[in-house]
Amino acid sequence: MIRFLIRRLALGVVVMWLITVAVFALFFIAPNDVARTLAGRQATPEVVASIQARLGLDQPLWRQYLDFVGNALHGNLGYDYYHGVPVTTIIAAALPITLSLAIGASVIWLLLGVSTGIVSAVKPRSIADRGLTVFALFFYSMPTFLLGLLLLLYLYFYLTLAGYSWFPPGGYVPLSQGVMPWAQHLILPWLTLALVLAATYTRLMRGSMLDVLGEDYIRTARAKGIRESRVIGRHAVRSALTPVVTQFGIDLGQLVGGVVVTETVFSLPGLGKTAIDAIGQQDFPVIIGIVLFASAAVVVANILVDIGYAVLDPRVRLH
Amino acid sequence: MALLEVSELEVSFTTSDGVVQAVRGLSFDVDEGRTLAIVGESGSGKSVATQTITGLTRGATVRGTALFRGRDLLAASPSELRRVRGAEIGMIFQDPLSSLHPYYRVGWQIAEMLRAHDRSFSRSKARARAVELLDMVGIPAADTRVDDYPHQFSGGMRQRVMIAMAMALNPALLIADEPTTALDVTVQAQVLNVMRRLQQDFGTAIILITHDLGVVAEMSDEVVVMYAGRAMERAPRRELFYEHHHPYTEGLLASLPEQGGTRERLTPIPGAPPSLIRLPPGCPFAPRCPYAWDTCRHDPPPPLAEVFGDPHHRSACWLSGDREVRRQQRETVRGDLQEPA
Repeated sequence: MIRFLIRRLALGVVVMWLITVAVFALFFIAPNDVARTLAGRQATPEVVASIQARLGLDQPLWRQYLDFVGNALHGNLGYDYYHGVPVTTIIAAALPITLSLAIGASVIWLLLGVSTGIVSAVKPRSIADRGLTVFALFFYSMPTFLLGLLLLLYLYFYLTLAGYSWFPPGGYVPLSQGVMPWAQHLILPWLTLALVLAATYTRLMRGSMLDVLGEDYIRTARAKGIRESRVIGRHAVRSALTPVVTQFGIDLGQLVGGVVVTETVFSLPGLGKTAIDAIGQQDFPVIIGIVLFASAAVVVANILVDIGYAVLDPRVRLH
Repeated sequence: MALLEVSELEVSFTTSDGVVQAVRGLSFDVDEGRTLAIVGESGSGKSVATQTITGLTRGATVRGTALFRGRDLLAASPSELRRVRGAEIGMIFQDPLSSLHPYYRVGWQIAEMLRAHDRSFSRSKARARAVELLDMVGIPAADTRVDDYPHQFSGGMRQRVMIAMAMALNPALLIADEPTTALDVTVQAQVLNVMRRLQQDFGTAIILITHDLGVVAEMSDEVVVMYAGRAMERAPRRELFYEHHHPYTEGLLASLPEQGGTRERLTPIPGAPPSLIRLPPGCPFAPRCPYAWDTCRHDPPPPLAEVFGDPHHRSACWLSGDREVRRQQRETVRGDLQEPA
């Protein structure tokens, strides 16, 4: 198991290296006049050239790449073109926002998705099952930006008009200023993300549970005369969670790298929004820093999934 | 009174293709400490029948009675049935790998059952009892193997674990549903030996569901032969093997390879069992029966009736229960068949 994890980690490093190459290539294939933008419309070619020299853009591409990798290995992801702020500082500022969003939403969608999936599977084709299926598909079919805007319209705009300002329109309040204001500002973005994603988990959990409930060992559990609630809870759910863990790892890994649409709709300055802004400004060091961080998040999430398997299934542990 | 008396059991399932009549009027009984074998091909309803009695079939329409120690299991509430399962009726199944939960240690799985029925078992006491039980079914180094997972055991050892679990609370009845079908022949014998030993020690009654007539010969006191959801013949073991009445039983026995015999091809029963959705009007075996005549094809077979003057031997066939008459009938029918040739 340990050797397996080390191999996965090494593979992750290779993946991240490939990503740096790909992002570098992409960025320099695209038209690149960041120095001119910075210098302003009236600038002389000399000024532009000096800015290029300051940013290191006059160096050949391979040289820039080697510098970048060398610095990155020392934990320095470079400086933002416009204000000279270290990219690591920018990521460190945006990360808590994205993490708050992703983790809060994931708690809601897991609770919602897994529990409704179990209910649907235990009584298939019942009214509850059909109702939950409709509910799940409704949100599954809805784009995030639409759901976010609808929640804003009804829960912020109309409610505030009616005199109930329960939900703020967006923005971020750090956890250090209290749990309640933090959660209050995040509840709408959480719901937006969670409702769309929960649908996947409802369907996944339902299908997986139905498979497991047909297994011989569930019949054995019933033949032992243990309570049905325990047959479901202890025997069926644990096996049925395996595909959910996989999906959860993929989703959470992606979200930690930035939740572009939701962060934009609710003006949360997280990694997703920072990345989009950086792309608009061609702020290359910020872009590559965030992309690198996001891919690291996915790699780590996948390793956590493997550890999760081992926790759930002893057969994985021993091989 | 018998330990378990099943009478006129009918089980059907409604599917999108129609109603599947899995069991149609099955009656049998098991006495304490005895072994009843239920024999039949796949789909003959033998597993469905026993699982229905213990409340493990879901979504089925059930009729009939199943008196276990005087109370009707088919009329019992789910929670009453749950208390009977495991404690008074133990069960083991065909595939011991898929029948044990892959994520839990075998000792935990045995202890869970003990604690579900007997609150007085503490964790440590239940574990100690699990070790005892594993030892009893012949698992070496039981005190360390108790913490192993099912996939760390071989097939035969897994089935021993299942037996240990089923026997944990000393049930009056053990239902063994094809317990040796998934095992190697040498391992089969060991597992059967364990079952027989425990039966002698604890006086447990066994219902042994199998399609293996070798297992029947080795283990059973009485035999019920099932076909298409019905009992075709019921007899003590000896009578079944040497003086069977029903043509289906005859076909089953004829299809066995003879031990050390001449190397001839096996004699199969021609044709296939009928669909349980659209059953033929007469005897379900008639289309495959070498002795069938018009009555067999149009009228349902008679109920199980005494044959050969033996009150324990019953058969559901239009052939006479008198040896001499039956012999003549068979010759006549055979003769009819051969005439056109």
